[in-house]
Amino acid sequence: MNNILKAITKDSFVLPIVAIIMGLILGAIVMLIGGYNPIDAYSALLTRVYGDPYDFGEAIREMTPLIMTGMAFAFAARAGLFNIGGEGQFLIGMTAATVVAVQLHGLPAYIHAPLAIIAGAIFGGLWAAIAGFLKAVRGVNEVISCIMLNWIGLYLANFVINHFMLLQGQNRSEDIQPSASIAIMWLSEMMGNARVHWGTAIALAAAVFFYVFMWKTKQGYELRAVGFNQDASKYAGMNVNRNIVKAMFISGMFAGLAGSFEVLGVFQYQSVMASSPGTGFDGIAVALIGLNNPFGIILGSILFGTLTYGSAGMSFSADVPPEIVRIVIGAIIFFIAAQGIVRWVLKPFYAKRKKEKVL
Amino acid sequence: MGAATPVVELKQITKVFPGIIANDSISFKLHKGEIHALLGENGAGKSTLMNIVFGLYQPEEGSIEVNGEPVIIDSPNRAIELGIGMVHQHFKLVQPFTVTENIILGSEPKKGTRINYKKATEEIRQLSEQYGLQVNPNAKIHDISVGMQQRVEILKTLYRGAEILIFDEPTAVLTPQEISELMEIMKRLVAEGKSIILITHKLKEIMQIADNVTIIRRGKVVDTVKKSETTPQELAEKMVGRNVTFKVDKKPAEPGSVVLEMANIVSNNKEGTAVLQGLNLQVRAGEILGIAGVDGNGQSELIEALTGLRHVDGGTVKLLGQDITNMSPRKITESGVSHIPEDRHKHGLVLDFSVSENMVLETYYKPPFNKGGFLNFDAIDKHATRLVERFDVRTPSIATHARSLSGGNQQKAIIAREIDKNPTLMIAAQPTRGLDVGAIEFVQQQLIAQRDQGKAVLLISFELDEIINVSDRIAVIYEGQIVGEVLPEKTNDQELGLMMAGSTAKRGAAHE
Repeated sequence: MNNILKAITKDSFVLPIVAIIMGLILGAIVMLIGGYNPIDAYSALLTRVYGDPYDFGEAIREMTPLIMTGMAFAFAARAGLFNIGGEGQFLIGMTAATVVAVQLHGLPAYIHAPLAIIAGAIFGGLWAAIAGFLKAVRGVNEVISCIMLNWIGLYLANFVINHFMLLQGQNRSEDIQPSASIAIMWLSEMMGNARVHWGTAIALAAAVFFYVFMWKTKQGYELRAVGFNQDASKYAGMNVNRNIVKAMFISGMFAGLAGSFEVLGVFQYQSVMASSPGTGFDGIAVALIGLNNPFGIILGSILFGTLTYGSAGMSFSADVPPEIVRIVIGAIIFFIAAQGIVRWVLKPFYAKRKKEKVL
Repeated sequence: MGAATPVVELKQITKVFPGIIANDSISFKLHKGEIHALLGENGAGKSTLMNIVFGLYQPEEGSIEVNGEPVIIDSPNRAIELGIGMVHQHFKLVQPFTVTENIILGSEPKKGTRINYKKATEEIRQLSEQYGLQVNPNAKIHDISVGMQQRVEILKTLYRGAEILIFDEPTAVLTPQEISELMEIMKRLVAEGKSIILITHKLKEIMQIADNVTIIRRGKVVDTVKKSETTPQELAEKMVGRNVTFKVDKKPAEPGSVVLEMANIVSNNKEGTAVLQGLNLQVRAGEILGIAGVDGNGQSELIEALTGLRHVDGGTVKLLGQDITNMSPRKITESGVSHIPEDRHKHGLVLDFSVSENMVLETYYKPPFNKGGFLNFDAIDKHATRLVERFDVRTPSIATHARSLSGGNQQKAIIAREIDKNPTLMIAAQPTRGLDVGAIEFVQQQLIAQRDQGKAVLLISFELDEIINVSDRIAVIYEGQIVGEVLPEKTNDQELGLMMAGSTAKRGAAHE
């Protein structure tokens, strides 16, 4: 009990919560300036998400890929890398899953679906490992190579769909084989055909994996050491370059999984995209909100997913433009990044407790 | 000048941090034209006190007077207005900027909307001449030596009109030559009417240059004495609160067989110039070989080459007759080499790891710490607890981040880890840098204990006293070569200093 109390009064827990509240307040102020009623707006937002089973299921569908891309960013960040390429890894993972799911026939579901998921993970991982490899061997800054790989990934994905799997007369691939689908039919029916899928469960399991790997294993110890201090890691006999590639590969696997869930669980096909879907970038925001901690990221995705999905309800029943939600999200990220402001706001509450704590 | 009002007077300053009283009713007077040393161990409260004077902290109690006027110094800007300047231990300079750009940063002379560089450069040149600093205003910071960078910091305070200069451990990063130059500069500054507060824990410097000494221990003033009326022995005792022996107590060495043999080592840097040029040395079991030399003559490269962190382009490194040239750092560690690195923050510790995580930095992958790919935290914590107790590492707990430990305790943690690996060769690079008397004593005793157990110890240090007191044999490094070898009991500062400067007579004698 005492431990739980300690955990939730810790800085790392209090700060994001306060930042979120401040972001919501700032959004409310913007709404007031625009002549809208923020209380109506926020309640419309919440009703939309948690009001009926269909919307709830769809909100979960919205959150799932964010958990994965958020963890993709956080995993690399823990190893000292700035993986801004979640977008490209997401698309490549998605395309690999689509290829397996569309092109292979006659496999039983318990082989086909896992195979498609694994393909997505591996190709997402390899895509990220390219950036890791370039950094390790040639010293290329991973931010630059990741941004380039995002674009290459987008056009490569479209090329593959256009040339090998295009559904006649449509701007999308053929449907995947039913045996590759990871949609949960019975639950979906219970929730008014909301597109719920096993990917959510995998995402939660992946968060546990992230935590155990990073903080309980020898490999995770190495990754964190490299992330904090490359010189000391070299001194201690770790192979820094290998760790960089490894961290990028695992990071990319998370993003690749997110992509494969979207095809196998949600859409059952892959569209030819005019522009990147942005899931990879949203993951960076989620990772920031979750402070690069897998469980924080789950909470961050719930928040992010709720806000994005609920924004439609907000405009529908309270007539508030959904873009307001982007302001709220932006403000939350701003306050989390600018922790000084939050601390300043908290100062009167904190002054007493701080004194007891520091030593 | 004694009767005049002091330029700075601190009255009953008390500063409390959570759980600790950093300054306990400290009073302190600085008179015009004097060098007043503030002596104390790490964590005694010197820096806190000076941060109060420089406006970075506010005291809970007490008052400050400058030139007899009570003042409230609530920011460094206010301190600068009052003519107080601080030369920080860690320089605050923008590397790619020129000296001038760095000095005017924040108080740029304007000509219309543009910065008047010409005027600034001229002013800086004048100041530099006036105080004999010999700084080139147009040089880029990353092109000049550490000693020069420090002079830029001094110029920065002078440019802002400082009358009172606070030097925070100014010699920690300097070579012996640079230290004596700095001493000259400080003398010149007081001769020109400035007043200096010198924060230090080096007794030798105080005896050389200070007029008065205030000794602080555990946040309290122990005493203020005139330099002329005291001895280093007395100062040291007042500082640590007990008897201190300066002479390192050790039995004569009993060297055994050759443990480390480096033959004709050549190593080039990125630009292709040789930084090690055919270096030869041997260390035997049961002896401490001290490497003396001016910083930048290949000491760091020597260690890197030895520990596998740098590629060796020629020659061989042998440990107990086995060739370890260009092996990976891990292989070399496993073959029995321990290494107390020169820069404990850069190489020695992962500062954001806990103490216990740091204690297994080189052994985490071995049982019992690694159990089938998972870390065994029970074993890791037990290991850390044992080392913390045995080596008296003062830490709130083993879960505390290494960053929160004081420098001395960080170093103790590293030494504990390295000794516990039970090496055949112990490399100690500047093991006492930045430590106070008590900690230095501890570290040196540990090294000697290692020797007495029959380990080979390679000691690299810029402190000549340390080299002479601790080593059994001294090798002098100059421009990437060992240029001579002497016995500590048969040499002195002067002779070593000459050899370190590359004196040709000695080089000839030691050519093969």
